[in-house]
Amino acid sequence: MTTEIEHPLSKYLRKAMMPHIWCSGCGNGIILNCFVQAVNELQMDLDKLVVVSGIGCIGRAAGYINTSSFHTTHGRPIALATGVKLANPNLEVVVISGDGDLFAIGGNHFIHAARRNIGVKVICANNFNYGMTGGQQGPTTPLEALTTTTPYGNIEHPFNLVHLAAASGATYVARWTTLHVRRLTQSIKRLLQKEGFGFIEVVSPCPEIFGRHNKMRTGLEMMEWFRRSSVVENFSDPSKAEITPERIVVGEFVNIDKISYERLLHEKIAHINEEKMWR
Amino acid sequence: MSNTIKRKAILTGAHFMNGDFACAEGAIVAGCRFFAGYPITPATEIAERLAERMPEVGGIYIQMEDEIASIAAVIGASYAGLKAMTATSGPGFSLMQENIGLAVMTETPCVIVDVMRGGPSTGQPTLPGQQDVMQAKWGSHGDYEIIALSPSSVQEMFDLTVEAFNLSEIYRVPTILLADEVVGHMWEKVVIPPPENLKIVNRKRPNVPPEKYLPFMPDDDLVPPMACFGEGFAFHATGLTHDEHGYPQTQSSEVQERLVRRLCDKIRKSADKIVKVEEVMLEDADVVVIAYGIVARAALSAVRKARAEGIKAGLLRPITLWPFPEKHVEKVARKAKKIVVAEMNCGQIVREVQRAAKETPVMFLPKLGEDPHTPMEILEGIRRNKP
Repeated sequence: MTTEIEHPLSKYLRKAMMPHIWCSGCGNGIILNCFVQAVNELQMDLDKLVVVSGIGCIGRAAGYINTSSFHTTHGRPIALATGVKLANPNLEVVVISGDGDLFAIGGNHFIHAARRNIGVKVICANNFNYGMTGGQQGPTTPLEALTTTTPYGNIEHPFNLVHLAAASGATYVARWTTLHVRRLTQSIKRLLQKEGFGFIEVVSPCPEIFGRHNKMRTGLEMMEWFRRSSVVENFSDPSKAEITPERIVVGEFVNIDKISYERLLHEKIAHINEEKMWR
Repeated sequence: MSNTIKRKAILTGAHFMNGDFACAEGAIVAGCRFFAGYPITPATEIAERLAERMPEVGGIYIQMEDEIASIAAVIGASYAGLKAMTATSGPGFSLMQENIGLAVMTETPCVIVDVMRGGPSTGQPTLPGQQDVMQAKWGSHGDYEIIALSPSSVQEMFDLTVEAFNLSEIYRVPTILLADEVVGHMWEKVVIPPPENLKIVNRKRPNVPPEKYLPFMPDDDLVPPMACFGEGFAFHATGLTHDEHGYPQTQSSEVQERLVRRLCDKIRKSADKIVKVEEVMLEDADVVVIAYGIVARAALSAVRKARAEGIKAGLLRPITLWPFPEKHVEKVARKAKKIVVAEMNCGQIVREVQRAAKETPVMFLPKLGEDPHTPMEILEGIRRNKP
């Protein structure tokens, strides 16, 4: 006789949405796991948590997490999350999306949300390509990498996402790979406790769609690359945090305190109304 | 402080202001407490007015990085429980189209103001146009129905903004205030009624506990009650085709049929309740002029002049452009000998009129550029078509 016992984190997932759509060897499940672990360890009020995602494989994560969630149009989760956070600053608003969604079609929203320091937390699964549409080149595809749209090797320079986030004004910036599950979970916990705009890049394996063209056919081979090449360099210069076949610089690059847009806004509103009453 | 805020929200009384300002005041009166926008002529004054007014009423004003972000933020704010609006003109309206489709699909109550200028492309930013009428209906991809209202005066910029919010809350549909540059920029008298004379409608709320709540299960009126983020309902919204739980159903033609038909039918089946027109001297009219927005003001003058000349002319002014008032057009077409349509484009609403008028001949008076039609131009059209 067998007895079924409930997984301790299953209350965080919408079981009706399972099975998920992700391929074997994909890193998205690890990211989702680390996220709900962090939410669990922080004992967050699920009624106050909103997860927003865009289009792409990881975009489905919003639907899998058992909390208020919005699956937006391609590239727009940060802009929509901005509206949610401003309308109700008591909500914890997290964007979970991919590199193409956040940094190609949605790049402008990312840099402006960071500049404003709006209290939205962004977790980016960087799998170096457009997985959902079958593996095209994207804004983080490494030079010379083979994809379905760079059959002769990629000639576009990729974004350094942590450098971009730091330069745009984010109060928290980190990069991990899906191999760093404990560090990633702790990092998400710190992210969720920050005021203002924060960002974590998670380098994630995509063996089925990206790895197969680049001599890493299995999830294990991609994870082996992460293991071999990752170096933890906390608070090093994010502009030098490279991702190459030989070296993936991970760690926490920025952790500063800066008043958030929504706090400034609501202080301003209170101040204006006090002043007008005086007159 | 709450009393101060309450007093300031509704500026009851007579004012002299421009149409964009009247629209901003209408939004505040309707309960709008979130505005996201991006500067664009000739709608910028709506943003400027709300940048000043929103903080006074405890509301949010934010200038986003573009119009795509503006409409996205509006959808997010609406889901977080605030009545929300954005305002733009043609180029920005084009950028918003994909997310207007998202608002349709996720049944987000929100108001989009398009103060129309001359297009296509950058066109003539400071001059009026009525060239976005079809875009308002068909701009986003896929099948859907939407509501669009057309103000003819500064007073209507106020009144119809309130109405747009009410309709968007009732039907959970993005509602478009399709103004034109002249109505947006001209200054006229506006009367803001006392609160007790204003009809303000709020979205239906769920009357079941969270565990029984199906976010996209409609009532008999085909509109689902709406919970908001942070209220303990923990539901999912997506632009993908979804079932009553809000869960994606990308392979089911049955769910696609059920959802898209309902999104269309909730507006189509209520068209008689939504549609408003102004009818002037139609009872015995041989020649009926159909015009909307600023053009309807000249058309009214032309109809009066024609009557003075002994021509039995009348005016049908669609206040609601979408859903199109086809029953009203059918009715006048049965009696009228000729219909004259005047609009500031190369032919948009005239096609809807031709479709509804059936055999009754329709003459078209297009106009592009600096000035709307003059009364004399429309009068000439009436004279040429008198029986």
